[in-house]
Amino acid sequence: MEPRVAVGDYNRSTGDSTLYTTSQNPHVIRLLMGAFVLGIPEHKLRVVAPDVGGGFGSKIFHYAEEALCTFAAKALNRPVKWTCSRSEAFISDAHGRDHVTKIDLALDADNNFTAVRTETYANMGAYLSTFAPSVPTWLHGTLMAGNYKTPLVYVNVKAVFTNTVPVDAYRGAGRPEATYQLERVIDKAAIELGVDPIALRRQNFITEFPYATPVAVEYDTGDYVATMDKLEEMADLSGFEARLAESQAKGKLRGLGVNCYIEACGIAPSNLVGQLGARAGLYESATVRVNATGGLVVMTGSHSHGQGHETSFAQVVADMIGIDENMVEIVHGDTANTPMGMGTYGSRSLAVGGSAMVRATEKIIAKARKIAAHLMEAAEADIELKDGQFSVAGTDKSVAWGDVTLAAYVPHNYPLEEIEPGLEETAFYDPANFTYPSGAYACEVEVDPDTGKVTIERFSAADDFGNIVNPMIVSGQVHGGLAQGIGQALLEGCGYDENGQLLTGSFMDYAMPRASDVPFYSVDHSCQTPCTHNPLGVKGCGEAGAIGSPPSVVNAVVDALRRGGHDVTHVDMPLSPSRVWSAMQG
Amino acid sequence: MYTFDIERPSTVGDAVKLLSDSTESQPLGGGQTLIPTLKQRLAMPDRLVSLGGITEIQGISQDDGGALCIGGGVTHADVAAGAGAYAALAGLAGKIGDPAVRNRGTIGGSLANNDPSACYPSAVLASGATVVTNTREIAADDFFDGLFTTALEEGEIITEVRFAVPQKAAYMKFEQPASRFALVGVFVAKYADGVRVAVTGASEGGVFRWAEAEAALSTNFAASALDGLSLDGSGMISDLHGSGDYRAHLVAVMTRRAVEAA
Repeated sequence: MEPRVAVGDYNRSTGDSTLYTTSQNPHVIRLLMGAFVLGIPEHKLRVVAPDVGGGFGSKIFHYAEEALCTFAAKALNRPVKWTCSRSEAFISDAHGRDHVTKIDLALDADNNFTAVRTETYANMGAYLSTFAPSVPTWLHGTLMAGNYKTPLVYVNVKAVFTNTVPVDAYRGAGRPEATYQLERVIDKAAIELGVDPIALRRQNFITEFPYATPVAVEYDTGDYVATMDKLEEMADLSGFEARLAESQAKGKLRGLGVNCYIEACGIAPSNLVGQLGARAGLYESATVRVNATGGLVVMTGSHSHGQGHETSFAQVVADMIGIDENMVEIVHGDTANTPMGMGTYGSRSLAVGGSAMVRATEKIIAKARKIAAHLMEAAEADIELKDGQFSVAGTDKSVAWGDVTLAAYVPHNYPLEEIEPGLEETAFYDPANFTYPSGAYACEVEVDPDTGKVTIERFSAADDFGNIVNPMIVSGQVHGGLAQGIGQALLEGCGYDENGQLLTGSFMDYAMPRASDVPFYSVDHSCQTPCTHNPLGVKGCGEAGAIGSPPSVVNAVVDALRRGGHDVTHVDMPLSPSRVWSAMQG
Repeated sequence: MYTFDIERPSTVGDAVKLLSDSTESQPLGGGQTLIPTLKQRLAMPDRLVSLGGITEIQGISQDDGGALCIGGGVTHADVAAGAGAYAALAGLAGKIGDPAVRNRGTIGGSLANNDPSACYPSAVLASGATVVTNTREIAADDFFDGLFTTALEEGEIITEVRFAVPQKAAYMKFEQPASRFALVGVFVAKYADGVRVAVTGASEGGVFRWAEAEAALSTNFAASALDGLSLDGSGMISDLHGSGDYRAHLVAVMTRRAVEAA
């Protein structure tokens, strides 16, 4: 939400350039801007992106203003600052989504899915933004199997240049587009076949894992039956008829929409995305520095712009050692004091950045164990670490975490012939696979038949994110994602006139979701099939709400219109009152 | 923002004097439209003459005939809180914009600006109100003159708006999804001598009276009296948020709802 800012600075005595910017990935900006735009070697360029007021994808990319400020600061030998107004943001920040898609679903006589065929025109805008072609390709085509064991999947995407603002990744990036078309066509099939849309989905669920889809990826784990069972319980489907009657008594239409989603996040195995055409490696990094008095500084390549890494990352490290979370400081966002990292997007921070942090902390613990063994004159294999105390198994001998860390920096009694002093370790983690969060969502809407206005009355979300570190942060992420998905479904959209002029250039015409547009959500993440290939067993939760929610909203509105006697099978997003009213006119 | 001067006169007379001297000046009410306009450089007067310090255009009272007299400088929040004698008007004021807008924006400023999507013009026109300025009294039917245009002369200041309180009235607004301005707003007011229906937000010509609905409701003040009445969408605003036909349809829906709520 916070508009972008860039400050360029130049130090003539050292020849160093510094860029302060609102970025989700300062190292990537340093590499792209330094190597490919300004010709500044990375060791003479520092990029700082401190706490940033929201990213949602739009701050992944390298923008011209960053290079201009850095260049101008050197040319003028003084700092140069640029701040983006909201109006400028509308016409210079990359936009999201913007696909035109035709999808076909084939079913056999028993309603088993036999094939999916989808053809998409993906708008790139007037020129390519940093990751624009990745979005409709390997972040979209790879998801077209969804939660279903469809044996044949055909995806054809044509990326097209237009005269719009560039289009690039936006919360979910490609996966909402994949989920939307698949979950809409399944509802349409249910309508045509006269079958229950939930039963049709259940019948076609993938139930055995690992599952290699026909579109290049292998789901390691999941339980789509469990999330659907949980959803049916949360959404109180048996009470729908009574609620429908209440709505009808008020002269309103009411509808129920359900959908499933799968996403590929924990982005991403470098070798796989390389084969799919990406030019970046998508590992993550962490350095864990233990101070003499036992406190830790974790320097992560992930970037926090509202995700609460300072809390959840500290929890992970503190738990591994058994110390208080307040002894762990999380540092991010400055290329001068963090290892080369790829930043935060694609629900990757805990799954990939957290895994790097775990690997580095494991190295720390392994070394600390050697020191503890030396201090207690015991065999290393007998050393146990619990609640911040190293002890010798089967004895009452123990030494505190702080004593071990002090010994590392004051190595008077220390195994100097075996290990170096100090306690600082770095790890890079490249995931073996994507992670595959999944879930089932249900939305109930009322539609005013006189005006076409849609109100969301109930929304339930049952997600499987694997293991959970901080339930409150996860719920917050889901709530925010749902608000964005509902915004996309009902309100948000960029319009241009016939001359290419952006019509939605301010919040007077671009409809942002507000508190009154969203209901009190019912969210649950108790269905947990841990990721099988990262040390935390986590899958990522940042984008799920935005990926999973649009189809259930549209499914619900179509259901409401049909129950109201309108022969409607589809309405394009955003479902503004005007569009819904037009759909009712036939 | 660019550099400009600002004056804060304490009387209408001083304000008029400032507005008529040779400096390019603009009167400033609550600034809810003017300040954003200046920020975008769509207007760049050298001087603003704030009307905020003029006590004689503040206050809400009722005259001997029972008419509600609202000073031109009264904010929407103060109308919402203090115009209880005309509940439909107070209700309208309480739903303009958000609290920040309502605490700054004024009735005089809104009427002088005559935004085609503003709420107040519909209340003034449906009430047959009188717009009082420093030089004259203007009947509502003569005041509004198309989009962002009124009968006001250069340097003329709205000092008061006088509303005859109707027997029944209600305002129904259908909000534009982004701005929350009126996509269509309909104010219905029933007086002893007939019903007036004024529509904002919909027409390319700005606020207007719906004569057929007025005639039907004057005979029978019931929603059913509107059955079969409709407006043509061809003169209506057509944009991203709705076609002319949609707005024309909404006018009928909102009129019906206003009658039911009155």
